[in-house]
Amino acid sequence: MRNKGFSSVVTNEMKLKLPSCSVNEGVARAVVAAFCAQLDPAASELADIKCAVSEAVTNCIVHAYRDSVGWIYITVKILEGGGVRVEVRDRGCGIADVRAARRPLFTTDPSGERSGMGFTVMENFMDILRVRSKPGKGTNVVMFKRLSRRGENT
Amino acid sequence: MLRSNSGFEHEYSEGVLYVRLWGEIDHHGAATLRGDIDSLIYEKRPQRLLLDLSGVGFMDSSGLGLIMGRYSLVGELGGSMAILDPTEPIVKILNLAGIKRIIAIEKTKEAKKK
Repeated sequence: MRNKGFSSVVTNEMKLKLPSCSVNEGVARAVVAAFCAQLDPAASELADIKCAVSEAVTNCIVHAYRDSVGWIYITVKILEGGGVRVEVRDRGCGIADVRAARRPLFTTDPSGERSGMGFTVMENFMDILRVRSKPGKGTNVVMFKRLSRRGENT
Repeated sequence: MLRSNSGFEHEYSEGVLYVRLWGEIDHHGAATLRGDIDSLIYEKRPQRLLLDLSGVGFMDSSGLGLIMGRYSLVGELGGSMAILDPTEPIVKILNLAGIKRIIAIEKTKEAKKK
């Protein structure tokens, strides 16, 4: 199965479009967290989603649109059964070697004090991470996370 | 410059530079924090840097870069560093990066009481 254990039935959906200014890192994660709050997730789950969104959006700002400002497109879907699907898309420079980029400590910007842990955080804090990219066309990051309902958190 | 949602307070005494970060640490805020903390480090040349994270509610991998960068700088200047009282979500990302193998993470008495 393509998205293991996640329903394809969407019960609610949100789209957000922001320019790649660094102040929008905080805006993006706050808005996504507010939307996901309707599932009544545990605080730690919400923290995981915020962190993963922050990483994906920061990648758009620091890497995809490094010499310019472009649009970041975020789509969040609430899935039947309590899952969430978050997509962060850009039309920036793209990633030549996605497999290499996903490795811990990989960074193309050693001067900027980047930790190279962005994709590692997304991978560990979410249940599924899918990255598609075309150099010159842009990058599409899709993440899934299963959320426990209140009362099932412990 | 747009408003930052992070900042820090500091104290210096007898070779120990205490820096208490607050707010949300991401790429947006990290550059300012980096510049300001480094100015202090160059000015004080501390033997020990204590980075208190008890007031940090959110931190992503930009924060890891910030911490590792300060650790390197203090080390280059002959000092050591410790992290104090990280909150639960911060501990999670610190552990993911294996920070505790490199930098001591300490709990102060006040944090234990809470």
